[in-house]
Amino acid sequence: MFINAILLALREIRRNLMRSFLTILGIVIGVAAVITMVTLGNGATRMVGEQIASLGSNLLILRPGQSMGPAAFGAPNFRLADAEAIRAQVSALKAVAPIVSSGAPLVAGNNNWSSTVTGATNDYFIAGNWKIAAGRIFSEDEQHAGRAVCVIGATVQSKLFGHQNPVGAELRVKNFSCLVVGLLTSKGQGAMGMDQDDVVVMPLKTAQRRLTGNPQDIRVILLSMRDGAAPEPIMAQIRKLMRERRKIADNDDDNFNLMDTRQIAEILSGTISTITTLLGAVAAVSLLVGGIGIMNIMLVSVTERTREIGIRLAIGALEHEVLLQFLIEAVALSAFGGIVGILLALISCLGLSALTHMPFEFQPGINLISFAFSALIGVLFGYMPARRAARLDPIEALRHE
Amino acid sequence: MNTPTPTPLIEFRGVSKTYGQGQAAFLALRGIHLGIRQGEFLAIMGPSGSGKSTAMNILGCLDAPSEGEFTFQGVHVERLGRNQRALLRRHYLGFVFQGFNLLARTSAQENVELPLLYRGESAPKRHAAAREALARVGLSGWERHTPAELSGGQQQRVAIARAIVTQPLVLLADEPTGNLDSHRSHEIMELLVTLNREQGITVLMVTHEPDMAGYASRVVHFVDGEIARDDLQENRACS
Repeated sequence: MFINAILLALREIRRNLMRSFLTILGIVIGVAAVITMVTLGNGATRMVGEQIASLGSNLLILRPGQSMGPAAFGAPNFRLADAEAIRAQVSALKAVAPIVSSGAPLVAGNNNWSSTVTGATNDYFIAGNWKIAAGRIFSEDEQHAGRAVCVIGATVQSKLFGHQNPVGAELRVKNFSCLVVGLLTSKGQGAMGMDQDDVVVMPLKTAQRRLTGNPQDIRVILLSMRDGAAPEPIMAQIRKLMRERRKIADNDDDNFNLMDTRQIAEILSGTISTITTLLGAVAAVSLLVGGIGIMNIMLVSVTERTREIGIRLAIGALEHEVLLQFLIEAVALSAFGGIVGILLALISCLGLSALTHMPFEFQPGINLISFAFSALIGVLFGYMPARRAARLDPIEALRHE
Repeated sequence: MNTPTPTPLIEFRGVSKTYGQGQAAFLALRGIHLGIRQGEFLAIMGPSGSGKSTAMNILGCLDAPSEGEFTFQGVHVERLGRNQRALLRRHYLGFVFQGFNLLARTSAQENVELPLLYRGESAPKRHAAAREALARVGLSGWERHTPAELSGGQQQRVAIARAIVTQPLVLLADEPTGNLDSHRSHEIMELLVTLNREQGITVLMVTHEPDMAGYASRVVHFVDGEIARDDLQENRACS
C-alpha cells in the first residue's frame, strides 16, 4: 500500500509537470539558499583560520600606538634594543623579529614591479612561518654589515623573473642594487585580496639604512611563542617590560599594542559564524514560504480532484488511505524540491567559491538537514489539504462538477 | 441461471432519511421496507425528488439512514462508521455511475486496477484480474487507452469492468445509460443482464427510462419517499 501510494503520488506529479515544477520552486530556492549560505560561511571561517595560521603559529604582533589599525600618531617607534630586551627576558619565545617595511619600486631586467620591502632578521622567517623554496636565508655577515641582499616571494619572482631561477640575479630596489639570495615557498593567495607572496625581505640593517633612512627605529616586532605556551602570561610579561622601557606612568594607557593572532582569528571566526547563522536563518524563512506555496497548490489540487477523491472513497478507500496519498504527494514534491535545491546549491557554491577564492568543502550535515527540513515542510503543509481530501463526503464529491 | 435465495441479502426495515434540520428539514425517505435477495436484478424508478437516489446511496453504503434498520448479509449497516462502510464497499460492492467517473489521463487498465489497489492485491494479480475484467466487458486490446480516447459506451464498459473486477456481491448502477445513446444503452443493459445471470451478481439500478427498467427482474417505483409499486417482471426484455 505504501509503495503503491508513492507510485500514485509520482504519477500525479508527472501528470502536472509544469505545475509541479513551479510548486517546488520555492523549496528549491530555499534549500539552495540555506546550503549556499552555510557552506560559504564555513568556507570563509576556514579561510580566515588558514590565513591567520599562515601568518605564523603562535604569533604575537607588537606595534606602537593603541589601536589595531595604523599606528597612532605620537607613539614612539620601538628600538632594536627593545627587541633585544624581550629576547633576553622573555623565555617562552622561539623567535623575536623586529621589522621595518616600506613600499619600493623594483626593477629586474626590463620588468617593473612595486612591492612592500621588509627589513628583518632571520627570525622573521620563523615567526612568519616562511619556508625557503630555493637559495638560502641571510648569513651572519650579511645581517651584521647590512649587505644588499634579499629573499623574494613567489609573486615578485613571477612578475620580475618569469620562470627563471631568481637566485643569484640582481634586483634593483628603489635606488640600489640587491642580490637575490633566496626564494620563499608560496603561501597562496589570501582572501581579502591581499597577496601574501608579494614580498621582498632584506636584512634589517640594510632596510634601515637604505630604505627608511632611520637606522634606529623599528616599526613592528613579531614574536613567535613556543608550541604549547600559554599566551596570557607571556603577553603580560611583554606588556610589563614594554611599559618599563617606554617609561609609562602607572595610570597612563599603553602607547603600544600587543595582539595574539589566534585571538584575532577567534574573533573573526566568531563574527563570520554569527553572520552565517543569520543568513542561514533568513534563507530558512524562504524555505517556509516555499512550504506555504506547496500547501496552496495542494489545496487547489484537492478541490480540482474532488471527483477523483469521490471515486476512490466510493470504491472503498479509507480515510487514512486518501490522507496518505495526498500527504505523500506533498512530501514527494517537497523532497524532490529539496534534492533539486541541493544540486543548485552545489553549483552555486562551486561558482561562488571559484569567484571569491574561498575554499569549498561539501558539507553533508547541512545538506542532510536541509533535505530533511524540506521533507518535514511537505508533511506540515501537506497535512491540512490531505485531511480536507480525506474528510470529503463521497456522495458530495461524486456530484462535484 | 441462479435462483434467488429465500433470505434477503439486503433488507430495509422502516428506513427513513432526513436532510437538514428543524423548519428546513426534508424527509427524503419515509419508513421504507424493502428486501432484496441475492441474484435479483432490481430497477428503481421514480420521478426526481422521489427518494430513489437517497435509497441508492444508502443501499451503496455511501450514506447512513436517519432511522430504521438496514442489514447487509445480516450486518446492521446503520450501526457502522464511515470507515467500516468503506470496507463493506471495498469487499462486497461495485459502483457504476451515470457520468462513468473514470480517472482522467489514466489508462483503462489502471482504472480497473484501482479497487484492487485498495484491497492490497499484488501487481501481477491486479494486472491479470483487470485484463480479465476488461475482456468480460468486451474491451480486450483497449487496456492502454485513456478515457479521453474511448467512446461513452466504452467508458461505461471500463467502469463496469472496474465495478466487477473485485467480484462483488452487488453491483450498484446509478443511471448507467443516462449519458448514452439508445443503441449503446441497450448494449450496456445486455452486459448487466449477462453479469447478473452468469456471475450471479445482484444488480441494483436506478433509472428513469422504462426501456432500461424492462431489463430488470423486479422494478420498484418510488414516489415522495415511499414505495408506490413493486413489480416482479417474468418476461424481461432480452430474455
